[in-house]
Amino acid sequence: MVPEQALLETQAPVEMITVVIDGFEVSVPKGTLVIRAAEKLGIQIPRFCDHPLLDPAGACRQCLVDIEINGRAFPKPQASCTIPVENNMIVKTQLTSPVAEKAQAGIMEFLLINHPLDCPVCDKGGECPLQNQAMSNGRPDSRYEGVKRTFEKPVPISTQVLLDRERCVLCARCTRFSEQIAGDPFITLNERGALQQVGIYAEDPFESYYSGNTVQICPVGALTGASYRFRARPFDLVSVDSACEHCASGCAMRTDIRRGKTLRRLAGDDSSVNEEWNCDKGRWAFKYLTSRERVTSPMIRGEDGELHEASWPEAIAFAASGLKGKRAGVLVGGRATVEDAYGYSKFARVALGTNDIDFRSRPHSDEESSFLTSVALGLKTTYKDIDKADKVVLLGFEPEEESPIVFLRIYKQVRKRALAVISDAPFASRGSQKLNAELVTEISTISGLTAKSVILVGERLAEKSGALSSALALAEKSGAKLAWIPRRAGERGALSSGAIATLLPGGRPVSEPSARVDVAAAWSVDSLPSNPGRSTSEILLALSVNNLDAVVIGGVDPLDISNEALTQLLNSFVVSLEISHSSVTAIADVVLPVAAVVEKSGSFQDWQGSVRAFDKAIADSLSRSDVRILSMIADEMGSPINLPTVSATAREIAALGLWDGSVSAFEKAATEKSAIPEGKLNLTSWRLLLDLGTLQDGEANLAGTARKASAHISATRAEKLGVKTGEEISISSDLGAIKLPVTISDMSDQAIWVPRNSIGSQVIANLGFVTGPVTVVKA
Amino acid sequence: MDNPLTPRSNDLGLTAASKANTPIENQDAKSFFAQLQGFWVTFITMFKKVNTVEYPEVKEPTAERFHGRHQLNRYEDGLEKCIGCELCAWACPADAILVEGESNTEEARFSPGERYGKVYQINYLRCVFCGLCIEACPTRALTMTNEYELADDSRKKLIFEKEDLLAPLKSGMLQPPHPMAEGKTHIDYYRGEIKGGSNG
Repeated sequence: MVPEQALLETQAPVEMITVVIDGFEVSVPKGTLVIRAAEKLGIQIPRFCDHPLLDPAGACRQCLVDIEINGRAFPKPQASCTIPVENNMIVKTQLTSPVAEKAQAGIMEFLLINHPLDCPVCDKGGECPLQNQAMSNGRPDSRYEGVKRTFEKPVPISTQVLLDRERCVLCARCTRFSEQIAGDPFITLNERGALQQVGIYAEDPFESYYSGNTVQICPVGALTGASYRFRARPFDLVSVDSACEHCASGCAMRTDIRRGKTLRRLAGDDSSVNEEWNCDKGRWAFKYLTSRERVTSPMIRGEDGELHEASWPEAIAFAASGLKGKRAGVLVGGRATVEDAYGYSKFARVALGTNDIDFRSRPHSDEESSFLTSVALGLKTTYKDIDKADKVVLLGFEPEEESPIVFLRIYKQVRKRALAVISDAPFASRGSQKLNAELVTEISTISGLTAKSVILVGERLAEKSGALSSALALAEKSGAKLAWIPRRAGERGALSSGAIATLLPGGRPVSEPSARVDVAAAWSVDSLPSNPGRSTSEILLALSVNNLDAVVIGGVDPLDISNEALTQLLNSFVVSLEISHSSVTAIADVVLPVAAVVEKSGSFQDWQGSVRAFDKAIADSLSRSDVRILSMIADEMGSPINLPTVSATAREIAALGLWDGSVSAFEKAATEKSAIPEGKLNLTSWRLLLDLGTLQDGEANLAGTARKASAHISATRAEKLGVKTGEEISISSDLGAIKLPVTISDMSDQAIWVPRNSIGSQVIANLGFVTGPVTVVKA
Repeated sequence: MDNPLTPRSNDLGLTAASKANTPIENQDAKSFFAQLQGFWVTFITMFKKVNTVEYPEVKEPTAERFHGRHQLNRYEDGLEKCIGCELCAWACPADAILVEGESNTEEARFSPGERYGKVYQINYLRCVFCGLCIEACPTRALTMTNEYELADDSRKKLIFEKEDLLAPLKSGMLQPPHPMAEGKTHIDYYRGEIKGGSNG
């Protein structure tokens, strides 16, 4: 019944309206704005404030046209970006109406009166709508002889967005974006008349996760990014279409390169994913490439215990001899591309002869393994389902912090039609407040879901035993659509590439003999290992007790997994494939430098499972992708995996295809009621979007807008502890303690929440766990 | 027929006709005086002032606006005028200029305002001395000197770095980095209201 309804909705006849623009007839759906009807005819009306994804404002008045309805003309030219088409409407643009043309030229002259002539040194010069339209629709020379209005410049709106007020044409695109798309109305138009300007509130700085979009949609150079300001002009740059490596949202991106360096990244257009937006992390966090010390040549740990530079053949031979015939495991990390993850998967199975491989470098559980093996790859939920959902349930998932574009999609529907959102978060975070989310403590208490509802499950649900089982039961009971949204960009692709103990590439279960035969034939090997493999934590444990001798590690930060992970590696032969020096390379026996995202081609899979391919942006980079290096090691070991290039790998993945056989049933786990000991509070945590993540290294302007770490507790608890908002409390476990200022939230008296990896709040390193009982006292 | 020696002008054959009709002794006398006239010029020139100079022992000043080696100028207190905007590099038709800008910080200020030129190179193997770069410069940071002795024996030596191009410190100037004069902004600098000395 419901699918039929959906069908009806899509097939509902759209009322078409025919208008005449400049003598040409055009039929457009009812509600279309005149400016867009004109676009359909290829008639370009100049505009600044108009943006297809923002509500009409009519702020700049540049799009004035002559309009006549039923033979009655408007007395004055009208802004075509605010007026919807109507029957019998006759529109005359600047092309046919001298009145419209004069009106537009007049507006342009007004806009330029106080606009500084600093185009040659302005960031926008060369891609500036004002520049372009002043050329196409403006006067050839200025009649203004006075002194132009100047302001002090630049004014920092935040640490990463700078405002040059005299360049502003008051189109209100930035303020409308912040209010309508991001839900962060932190900037506004202050003052009136000639002094009108964009401003921030004194108390609330412009700490929006989406502030970079305002820089991108600014039609002049009034808003500039602090990291790009004065670095280059558009014509200095080589632009490459790219995909974002920061989360599983899957934004289309554009990477602009100059002299072999990434200078800026912009949101690409993809209406089915990120529309035209992205988050500040995706836009500005790209300096990790150059901030820390890059590994530039292969390194081998010598007899003296120090790392020494080595040639590639030497290092490959050393790695191969340390791995050959040994019991070895593979830790992929959540940031590998699909091709690299496939390389790790094939390398583990063919060269190492093991299923001990896992891409999860974070807290995980067996229940999650079962969920990933049996359920995750079969989920077909997409962004479109969010658009049509009647309810969205967020489980172990904080969209604004963990997948910002998913948040924008949900917020769009919340704003448009008050979409109901339910979250299992312990308190209403900023994101939840914007979504007006109803908070529940138990998944089993959620009711009223239909087949049109969407349940978004985050990776953190694995941290609570039985929670994934309850989420699955909820979806089965209600018929609601389920989606698994991991935080990192590579996890979904690594899962489908078989970088996990229980799966081979294409979702083929290791436990299925026919699947193993299938893949063994495709890989031209006799057989594949069938013994059950270990998970990340099991691999680390096995390494520490010498049940495993060696390990191949991709981009993994041990502190993402546990505070013991690094020490567990100490007794084994460690092959590290890394971009920069890290805690793993410091103890590794062989360090092999690999290419970062901009230096290689490849693809990610977003949470929907769709492929987000990208090309090498820095064309002359000599860095190699992980898969190429693994292939060289495998050759040296005498069991080749034949993946010499990324494109060859992509072809092999495509040829192998997906598993169409049966998958093992999900093994339910019992919900554990972990009683909180007397006198302790139940700690929960998640990562904030902007925190101490390694991929945000070296971008101080971005870090400046990160939300300050604070511990959230209830008002009653605060009273009991004798602390007020802003006063510090100490949160401790057996292992250590952290001190944080208090924020009072509406939450359970037994609960406390802290950010997982922010400044002053590194939970895994300092407390040893991410969720559990802690002692809280006034500091 | 198209003899290069024949006069290009159409003389209707009159020259040839007159030559044929003129007596031979007359022709000789005319030729003698013509030669004398020619040698007279040579003779007189021997007593005129010569234009050649004994370069490199003697060096004549160039014309005032001669396009020579570039110079990166300073404000009176020693701060650099270059803001690293790269307009000179774009104006350059020979792609001889490379500029990399960097942000001034409170700790290390090289020029008034937000940015300064961190890397500044002019490749004199490419430069055609057209002067478009100095026309493009918005702060008059780049000008051309009259220095023309730019020959050298390697490619590397002909790529001039920022330190080769910067104007020498005059008295009252302080080697950057140093802060702007107290109470002054980059606009005061631009208007030339800064006198020598770092607190000027």
